[in-house]
Amino acid sequence: MKDTKLWSLHLFAGIVILFLLGLHMAIMHLDEIVSLFNPKGEEAISWENVLERMKMIGFVFVYIFLLGFALYHSFYGLNKIIGETNVKEGTRKFWSYVLTIFGFLLFIIGTYAAIAAKVVSAKF
Amino acid sequence: MSRKYYDNHLGIKGWAIGGRYSIERYLYTLHRLTGLGILFYFILHIFVTSSRVFGPESWKQAMETVSGPFFRFGEFLVYFAFCFHGFNGIRLILLELGFLVGKPIEPIYPYKTSVGKQRPVMIILMIVAAFFIILGGYDFFLGGE
Repeated sequence: MKDTKLWSLHLFAGIVILFLLGLHMAIMHLDEIVSLFNPKGEEAISWENVLERMKMIGFVFVYIFLLGFALYHSFYGLNKIIGETNVKEGTRKFWSYVLTIFGFLLFIIGTYAAIAAKVVSAKF
Repeated sequence: MSRKYYDNHLGIKGWAIGGRYSIERYLYTLHRLTGLGILFYFILHIFVTSSRVFGPESWKQAMETVSGPFFRFGEFLVYFAFCFHGFNGIRLILLELGFLVGKPIEPIYPYKTSVGKQRPVMIILMIVAAFFIILGGYDFFLGGE
Protein backbone atom coordinates (compact mmCIF):
# COMPACT_ATOMS: atom_id res chain seq x y z
CA MET A 1 0.00 0.00 0.00
CA LYS A 2 2.80 2.37 0.92
CA ASP A 3 4.59 1.54 -2.34
CA THR A 4 1.40 2.20 -4.31
CA LYS A 5 1.01 5.62 -2.71
CA LEU A 6 4.66 6.53 -3.33
CA TRP A 7 4.38 5.36 -6.95
CA SER A 8 1.17 7.38 -7.45
CA LEU A 9 2.92 10.44 -6.01
CA HIS A 10 5.80 9.80 -8.45
CA LEU A 11 3.33 9.92 -11.36
CA PHE A 12 1.56 13.00 -9.99
CA ALA A 13 4.93 14.73 -9.47
CA GLY A 14 5.79 13.93 -13.10
CA ILE A 15 2.67 15.75 -14.33
CA VAL A 16 3.34 18.78 -12.10
CA ILE A 17 6.97 18.92 -13.29
CA LEU A 18 5.86 18.75 -16.91
CA PHE A 19 3.94 22.02 -16.48
CA LEU A 20 6.30 23.86 -14.12
CA LEU A 21 9.54 22.77 -15.79
CA GLY A 22 7.87 23.36 -19.16
CA LEU A 23 7.25 26.96 -18.04
CA HIS A 24 10.83 27.25 -16.78
CA MET A 25 12.23 25.87 -20.06
CA ALA A 26 10.03 28.21 -22.11
CA ILE A 27 11.25 31.20 -20.05
CA MET A 28 14.91 30.26 -20.12
CA HIS A 29 15.40 28.43 -23.41
CA LEU A 30 12.67 29.65 -25.76
CA ASP A 31 13.22 33.31 -24.85
CA GLU A 32 13.98 34.29 -28.45
CA ILE A 33 10.62 32.85 -29.55
CA VAL A 34 8.13 33.43 -26.71
CA SER A 35 9.93 35.93 -24.40
CA LEU A 36 7.98 35.07 -21.24
CA PHE A 37 8.79 36.87 -17.96
CA ASN A 38 11.79 38.63 -19.48
CA PRO A 39 10.62 42.24 -19.14
CA LYS A 40 14.05 43.77 -19.77
CA GLY A 41 14.17 42.19 -23.22
CA GLU A 42 17.73 40.94 -22.93
CA GLU A 43 18.86 37.34 -22.43
CA ALA A 44 16.74 35.36 -19.98
CA ILE A 45 19.78 34.80 -17.76
CA SER A 46 20.81 38.47 -17.63
CA TRP A 47 20.88 39.85 -14.07
CA GLU A 48 18.20 42.44 -14.93
CA ASN A 49 15.69 39.76 -15.94
CA VAL A 50 16.69 37.46 -13.09
CA LEU A 51 16.13 40.33 -10.66
CA GLU A 52 12.67 41.04 -12.08
CA ARG A 53 11.69 37.41 -11.59
CA MET A 54 13.23 37.35 -8.10
CA LYS A 55 10.87 40.21 -7.16
CA MET A 56 7.76 38.24 -8.18
CA ILE A 57 6.31 36.30 -5.23
CA GLY A 58 4.70 33.82 -7.64
CA PHE A 59 8.13 32.64 -8.74
CA VAL A 60 9.13 31.87 -5.16
CA PHE A 61 6.21 29.41 -4.99
CA VAL A 62 6.86 28.05 -8.48
CA TYR A 63 10.52 27.39 -7.64
CA ILE A 64 9.74 25.73 -4.30
CA PHE A 65 6.98 23.53 -5.75
CA LEU A 66 9.14 22.62 -8.75
CA LEU A 67 12.10 21.88 -6.51
CA GLY A 68 10.08 19.67 -4.18
CA PHE A 69 8.29 17.68 -6.87
CA ALA A 70 11.40 17.38 -9.05
CA LEU A 71 13.57 16.16 -6.16
CA TYR A 72 10.95 13.61 -5.14
CA HIS A 73 10.38 12.41 -8.73
CA SER A 74 14.08 12.12 -9.56
CA PHE A 75 15.31 10.53 -6.34
CA TYR A 76 12.38 8.11 -6.24
CA GLY A 77 13.24 7.16 -9.85
CA LEU A 78 16.91 6.70 -8.99
CA ASN A 79 15.97 4.59 -6.00
CA LYS A 80 13.85 2.37 -8.26
CA ILE A 81 16.74 2.00 -10.71
CA ILE A 82 19.07 0.95 -7.88
CA GLY A 83 16.36 -1.48 -6.75
CA GLU A 84 16.39 -3.13 -10.16
CA THR A 85 20.10 -3.88 -10.11
CA ASN A 86 21.58 -6.92 -8.47
CA VAL A 87 22.47 -5.28 -5.15
CA LYS A 88 21.66 -6.86 -1.80
CA GLU A 89 18.67 -5.86 0.32
CA GLY A 90 20.90 -4.07 2.85
CA THR A 91 22.56 -2.03 0.11
CA ARG A 92 19.15 -1.13 -1.32
CA LYS A 93 18.02 0.19 2.06
CA PHE A 94 21.28 2.06 2.57
CA TRP A 95 20.90 3.91 -0.75
CA SER A 96 17.25 4.56 -0.04
CA TYR A 97 18.19 6.38 3.20
CA VAL A 98 21.11 8.23 1.57
CA LEU A 99 18.92 9.47 -1.29
CA THR A 100 16.15 10.55 1.09
CA ILE A 101 18.57 12.54 3.28
CA PHE A 102 20.39 14.05 0.27
CA GLY A 103 17.02 14.99 -1.29
CA PHE A 104 15.90 16.77 1.88
CA LEU A 105 19.22 18.64 2.12
CA LEU A 106 18.90 19.84 -1.48
CA PHE A 107 15.31 20.88 -0.81
CA ILE A 108 16.41 22.97 2.18
CA ILE A 109 19.23 24.64 0.18
CA GLY A 110 16.99 25.36 -2.82
CA THR A 111 14.09 26.62 -0.71
CA TYR A 112 16.41 28.90 1.26
CA ALA A 113 17.81 30.28 -2.02
CA ALA A 114 14.33 30.91 -3.45
CA ILE A 115 13.16 32.79 -0.33
CA ALA A 116 16.44 34.62 0.26
CA ALA A 117 16.48 35.74 -3.39
CA LYS A 118 13.08 37.37 -2.91
CA VAL A 119 14.31 39.16 0.24
CA VAL A 120 17.59 40.23 -1.38
CA SER A 121 15.83 41.52 -4.53
CA ALA A 122 14.37 44.42 -2.50
CA LYS A 123 17.89 45.87 -2.12
CA PHE A 124 18.44 46.29 -5.86
CA MET B 1 7.70 -11.71 6.34
CA SER B 2 10.86 -10.95 4.42
CA ARG B 3 10.59 -9.74 0.85
CA LYS B 4 11.91 -11.99 -1.83
CA TYR B 5 13.76 -10.51 -4.77
CA TYR B 6 14.50 -12.41 -7.91
CA ASP B 7 17.87 -12.01 -9.54
CA ASN B 8 17.92 -9.54 -12.37
CA HIS B 9 20.52 -11.53 -14.28
CA LEU B 10 21.27 -8.95 -16.94
CA GLY B 11 21.25 -5.97 -14.57
CA ILE B 12 21.93 -2.62 -16.26
CA LYS B 13 23.03 -4.45 -19.43
CA GLY B 14 19.44 -5.58 -19.83
CA TRP B 15 18.44 -2.01 -20.63
CA ALA B 16 20.06 -2.32 -24.04
CA ILE B 17 20.63 -5.98 -24.84
CA GLY B 18 18.36 -8.77 -23.79
CA GLY B 19 16.57 -10.07 -26.84
CA ARG B 20 14.35 -8.77 -29.59
CA TYR B 21 13.41 -5.47 -28.06
CA SER B 22 10.71 -3.30 -29.61
CA ILE B 23 11.11 0.45 -30.02
CA GLU B 24 9.18 1.01 -26.75
CA ARG B 25 11.88 -0.91 -24.90
CA TYR B 26 14.57 1.41 -26.25
CA LEU B 27 12.38 4.38 -25.28
CA TYR B 28 12.35 2.88 -21.77
CA THR B 29 16.16 2.81 -21.77
CA LEU B 30 16.38 6.35 -23.12
CA HIS B 31 13.80 7.46 -20.53
CA ARG B 32 16.07 6.24 -17.76
CA LEU B 33 19.25 7.66 -19.27
CA THR B 34 17.65 11.07 -19.80
CA GLY B 35 16.24 10.94 -16.26
CA LEU B 36 19.68 10.30 -14.81
CA GLY B 37 21.19 13.05 -16.98
CA ILE B 38 18.56 15.57 -15.87
CA LEU B 39 19.10 14.60 -12.22
CA PHE B 40 22.86 15.16 -12.50
CA TYR B 41 22.32 18.58 -14.10
CA PHE B 42 19.55 19.43 -11.61
CA ILE B 43 21.83 18.98 -8.59
CA LEU B 44 24.46 21.27 -10.10
CA HIS B 45 21.74 23.70 -11.20
CA ILE B 46 20.49 24.14 -7.62
CA PHE B 47 23.95 25.27 -6.48
CA VAL B 48 24.75 27.43 -9.53
CA THR B 49 21.44 29.32 -9.49
CA SER B 50 21.64 29.83 -5.72
CA SER B 51 24.46 32.30 -6.45
CA ARG B 52 21.80 34.94 -7.26
CA VAL B 53 21.29 35.35 -3.52
CA PHE B 54 24.77 36.97 -3.26
CA GLY B 55 24.04 39.73 -5.78
CA PRO B 56 24.77 40.64 -9.41
CA GLU B 57 28.54 40.10 -9.32
CA SER B 58 28.20 36.59 -7.95
CA TRP B 59 25.48 35.79 -10.50
CA LYS B 60 27.49 37.11 -13.45
CA GLN B 61 30.55 35.18 -12.31
CA ALA B 62 28.53 31.97 -12.01
CA MET B 63 27.02 32.49 -15.47
CA GLU B 64 30.47 33.18 -16.92
CA THR B 65 31.75 29.92 -15.45
CA VAL B 66 29.02 27.95 -17.22
CA SER B 67 29.17 29.80 -20.54
CA GLY B 68 30.96 28.81 -23.73
CA PRO B 69 30.13 26.29 -26.47
CA PHE B 70 30.74 23.23 -24.28
CA PHE B 71 28.22 24.27 -21.63
CA ARG B 72 25.85 25.62 -24.29
CA PHE B 73 25.76 22.22 -25.97
CA GLY B 74 25.38 20.54 -22.57
CA GLU B 75 22.42 22.78 -21.81
CA PHE B 76 20.86 21.84 -25.13
CA LEU B 77 21.28 18.17 -24.23
CA VAL B 78 19.41 18.84 -20.98
CA TYR B 79 16.66 20.60 -22.95
CA PHE B 80 16.56 17.63 -25.34
CA ALA B 81 16.39 15.23 -22.39
CA PHE B 82 13.54 17.21 -20.81
CA CYS B 83 11.46 17.22 -24.02
CA PHE B 84 11.95 13.51 -24.57
CA HIS B 85 11.51 12.52 -20.91
CA GLY B 86 8.39 14.69 -20.53
CA PHE B 87 6.52 13.48 -23.60
CA ASN B 88 7.58 9.87 -23.17
CA GLY B 89 6.48 10.26 -19.55
CA ILE B 90 2.98 11.24 -20.73
CA ARG B 91 2.88 7.98 -22.72
CA LEU B 92 4.01 5.99 -19.69
CA ILE B 93 1.42 7.62 -17.42
CA LEU B 94 -1.38 6.95 -19.94
CA LEU B 95 -0.20 3.36 -20.16
CA GLU B 96 0.14 2.98 -16.40
CA LEU B 97 -3.38 4.30 -15.82
CA GLY B 98 -4.76 1.83 -18.37
CA PHE B 99 -5.84 4.28 -21.08
CA LEU B 100 -3.78 2.55 -23.78
CA VAL B 101 -4.43 -1.03 -22.73
CA GLY B 102 -8.00 -1.55 -23.98
CA LYS B 103 -10.75 -3.76 -22.65
CA PRO B 104 -10.29 -7.52 -22.34
CA ILE B 105 -11.58 -9.37 -25.40
CA GLU B 106 -11.88 -12.99 -26.41
CA PRO B 107 -8.65 -14.28 -27.92
CA ILE B 108 -9.82 -14.96 -31.46
CA TYR B 109 -7.26 -15.45 -34.21
CA PRO B 110 -5.77 -13.21 -35.59
CA TYR B 111 -5.07 -11.95 -32.08
CA LYS B 112 -5.19 -8.26 -31.37
CA THR B 113 -2.69 -6.67 -28.99
CA SER B 114 -2.72 -3.31 -27.25
CA VAL B 115 0.39 -2.33 -29.24
CA GLY B 116 -2.01 -1.25 -32.00
CA LYS B 117 -3.38 1.36 -29.59
CA GLN B 118 -0.09 2.30 -28.01
CA ARG B 119 2.14 2.76 -31.03
CA PRO B 120 0.21 5.60 -32.75
CA VAL B 121 0.18 7.51 -29.44
CA MET B 122 3.92 6.91 -29.09
CA ILE B 123 4.56 8.19 -32.62
CA ILE B 124 2.43 11.32 -32.07
CA LEU B 125 4.13 12.13 -28.75
CA MET B 126 7.59 11.63 -30.22
CA ILE B 127 6.71 13.97 -33.10
CA VAL B 128 5.55 16.60 -30.59
CA ALA B 129 8.78 16.12 -28.59
CA ALA B 130 10.82 16.46 -31.81
CA PHE B 131 8.94 19.67 -32.65
CA PHE B 132 9.88 21.23 -29.30
CA ILE B 133 13.47 19.98 -29.61
CA ILE B 134 13.79 21.65 -33.04
CA LEU B 135 12.19 24.83 -31.65
CA GLY B 136 14.67 24.82 -28.77
CA GLY B 137 17.56 24.05 -31.12
CA TYR B 138 16.64 27.13 -33.14
CA ASP B 139 16.58 29.25 -29.98
CA PHE B 140 19.84 27.77 -28.67
CA PHE B 141 21.97 27.94 -31.79
CA LEU B 142 20.33 30.32 -34.28
CA GLY B 143 18.17 32.71 -32.26
CA GLY B 144 19.33 36.29 -31.96
CA GLU B 145 21.79 36.04 -34.84
